[in-house]
Amino acid sequence: MQADLNIMLSEIILSLFAMLALISAVYGSKDRLTVPLIFATASIFMLLALISISSAQGIETAFDGMFVNDPFARFSKVIILISASLVLIMSPDYLSKRKILHFEYPLLIALSVVGMMVMVSAGDLMSLYMGLELQSLCLYVIASMRRDSLKSTEAGLKYFVLGALSSGLLLYGASLTYGYAGTTGFKGIIIAAAGDDVDVGLLIALVMVLSGLAFKVSAVPFHMWTPDVYEGAPTPVTAFFATAPKMAAMALFVRVMHDAFGNIVAEWQQVVALISMLSMFLGAIAAIGQTNIKRLMAYSSIAHMGYALMGLAAGTAFGVEALLIYMAIYVTMNIGTFAFILMMQRDGQPVTDIASLSMLSRENPGKALAMLVLLFSLAGVPPSLGFFAKWGVWIAALDAGLVWLVFASALASAIGAYYYLRIVYLMYFGAEPQDALDRRNEPVLTGVLTVSAVAMVFGVLSLVGIEGAAEAAAATLVR
Amino acid sequence: MDTLLLSFVAFAPAVAAFILLSVARGDDAAADLVAKRFTLAATSFTFLISLFILAQFNPHDTGFQMVEEAEWIMGLNYKMGVDGISILFIMLTTFMMPLVIAASWGVKTRVKEYMIAFLFLETLMLGVFMALDLVLFYLFFEGGLIPMFLIIGIWGGAERIYASFKFFLYTFLGSVLMLLAMVAMFAEAGTTDVPTLMKHQFDFASLNLLGIQVVGGIQTLLFLAFFASFAVKMPMWPVHTWLPDAHVQAPTAGSVVLAAILLKMGGYGFLRFSLPMFPVGSEVMTDFVLWLSAIAIVYTSLVALVQEDMKKLIAYSSVAHMGYVTMGIFAANQQGIDGAIFQMLSHGFISGALFLCVGVVYDRMHTRDIEAYGGLVNRMPSYALIFMLFTMANVGLPGTSGFVGEFLTLVGVFQVNTWVALVATSGVILSAAYALWLYRRVVMGELIKASLKSITDMTRQEKVVFTPLVAMTILLGVYPALALDLIGPSVDALVANFEAATSEASLSNQTAAFE
Repeated sequence: MQADLNIMLSEIILSLFAMLALISAVYGSKDRLTVPLIFATASIFMLLALISISSAQGIETAFDGMFVNDPFARFSKVIILISASLVLIMSPDYLSKRKILHFEYPLLIALSVVGMMVMVSAGDLMSLYMGLELQSLCLYVIASMRRDSLKSTEAGLKYFVLGALSSGLLLYGASLTYGYAGTTGFKGIIIAAAGDDVDVGLLIALVMVLSGLAFKVSAVPFHMWTPDVYEGAPTPVTAFFATAPKMAAMALFVRVMHDAFGNIVAEWQQVVALISMLSMFLGAIAAIGQTNIKRLMAYSSIAHMGYALMGLAAGTAFGVEALLIYMAIYVTMNIGTFAFILMMQRDGQPVTDIASLSMLSRENPGKALAMLVLLFSLAGVPPSLGFFAKWGVWIAALDAGLVWLVFASALASAIGAYYYLRIVYLMYFGAEPQDALDRRNEPVLTGVLTVSAVAMVFGVLSLVGIEGAAEAAAATLVR
Repeated sequence: MDTLLLSFVAFAPAVAAFILLSVARGDDAAADLVAKRFTLAATSFTFLISLFILAQFNPHDTGFQMVEEAEWIMGLNYKMGVDGISILFIMLTTFMMPLVIAASWGVKTRVKEYMIAFLFLETLMLGVFMALDLVLFYLFFEGGLIPMFLIIGIWGGAERIYASFKFFLYTFLGSVLMLLAMVAMFAEAGTTDVPTLMKHQFDFASLNLLGIQVVGGIQTLLFLAFFASFAVKMPMWPVHTWLPDAHVQAPTAGSVVLAAILLKMGGYGFLRFSLPMFPVGSEVMTDFVLWLSAIAIVYTSLVALVQEDMKKLIAYSSVAHMGYVTMGIFAANQQGIDGAIFQMLSHGFISGALFLCVGVVYDRMHTRDIEAYGGLVNRMPSYALIFMLFTMANVGLPGTSGFVGEFLTLVGVFQVNTWVALVATSGVILSAAYALWLYRRVVMGELIKASLKSITDMTRQEKVVFTPLVAMTILLGVYPALALDLIGPSVDALVANFEAATSEASLSNQTAAFE
């Protein structure tokens, strides 16, 4: 028991912190505590990430396999914690401008991060579902944090209803799995789901679970909530949605597919490949007409999930490695981009229309240059890091014989390049702006933007250990 | 791996760009001047150290020299090297860049960004000619689009936005196909190493694709995918339409870089990838490419005749001259390929100089309409002299470098396809027609237009920029062995390999037919 608790010490610390903070805020001075709480939560995230990086390697399981702490989980957790921490420190200014600087914000984020950490460490359908629900419930609430805004409440409601549906699908799949495999532990399922003649019931369960997970990573055809939620939620919340939960859901997806259904790769490979292709094309085509940068980023993230899923579709250890590297690069790019979006303000009020970026390069050359780098990286134009992310999943998919998928994704990325290019065009040689954006000095946001852009250029020289970590992570998952 | 000379040359401009990006402040005239001087110094320095490459290069070694290799991210390799085919392109690039920067002295808007864009562009262009790894090559090849897109879009003329998008999307679409071919090659050969791939023999058994019999099989398909990219870059008729737009809208220095260096990437790509890696595919497509080239020469020359914009006229003449290059390459014999490389080199000097000539009068009159000029010889004697030299070189007058390239390619293609040679030769006459007519309308005659009454001759600085170009054009015209001795052995080896591969293929096809 003691040993089991030690293994999930990070999650316990974070939960205790959230409880204590909640109590002190409720009985204390409420919203005045928000800013200190935000920074306290961010530092705890950072601390836990550091502990996770430096802690013992190898595989540890707790509670009879319900909870697994392996290199794969640690890799995902580090990305989740660091990105959540960065999003937190980017938030206060925007929230105070919108007058929604509530103390619940950092607490809900802390709790949702606990959920994500449980998700990526799940070794059992039960712990999986608990983590997923803890995460989702917190996200529903913060999506609708701007209670006086119709769009924000709509976003929260939409997210909740569709999220509940997907959880229902997942849960139904889990119960079917239990029925046919006789266990909810991944160790048992992988033995039951093996061989050539897998039970049809188990396959239906697999498809149900897969649909539920596709919902969470917003892959086509389960993507409908994404643009609305991205647009409606307050921008820091959108930034959060685009990073940590995406990483967690993707990691969970990979873990369930490989840990529980790893012996019947051929059964889910085609489905994942199809989802991946549809996501890439929808993301590329639907984004073209967008005028709101948050909606555009929503479609962009759908497309990126499609590319990342190519790594899963490969069904190999190298595919998982490529997927993890892809997600790490994706999260870095997105944090930088959202730092930029958070800085878009006119007369002190946040704006999100793309047209307001006209001729930004003259008003603010440094910021425009950083964004230019990020946009080319998002588009996957070499020599930026975004290209290498795509290269990795391409090679993985090709090794697995999915030539058509590689072709489709190259085509989709050529289409998708257009809308990123349009933003560059506006920033560098668009029409004269009617009303320039505010020139503001935001050390935190500027810092995050700069670091992320620099990483996209100099990351090409070396991926500072991410490659090795991803390889180790993939090796523990795919045997 | 004894030195890192190649990487040093390639990345020196990029380092300079980062210094400029992080150190330079302010946007007044003084800061602009500092940026210009710094960039000029950086590009000149790059040229000087690139001379060491030339000095160390051994023309009799037909393999790759000064090879550098290192492990890289995502299981890729970093590998650079030169051989007889690439050495002159590297020298051309480092040679032209200081001139380009000197020619941009008149730029007034966003000078610092302008210089940074050109420095990055130089690194990417050098990388293209040095890379010995498919992915590394693609990286440099595609990366060059970004600075060029910005150069046309920010500092270009009135229609710059249309032109920059057209430029980007045309070339991007072409290279996506190339990327797919690269992925396919990696899948088959299991490596992205260029020297290994040159030795690898891709399958050339005919295959049936959607009911169409593909002769040469996979090799032909791979060839076509690379062809899509290189033909757009080249540019070949009928995918050349982005070039006149890009040229007309780009600033003078942008046009010079485009004509002198960027257009050479297509030809270089054919020589480095298409011929050695897909010999059978090339053989299958030879007639097709030769006829495209012949059409390009005649058709674009005719189009050039009716242009009213000086830059557009020179742009169409570039397409025609690139027609000689593709013709020479796909003649696939010693004279043809020697001539093609020589033609690319000399076209780099000549068309660069011609665009600079247009820039000289454009800076004074702010128009490129041929109509707006006439009789310039009366007030600009030295301009008239220099312009005449390069007009003659463009026509291919013996004694200038333009003649050697055209002659060799025609000799080369005559041995392969007499009819193509016949059609292409008519291009020589047409080029004389449009070039001389342009010269007559702009420079000769009485100076009657009131707006030209006070036009001034070239300044000393402008003359300094032209001097090296004049020297190279005449030097190579009188003593072409200077360049041909460097490329000869490598071209010899390339042709020998090509012939061995194609004869083997035809042999095995014959045996297949007998069975």
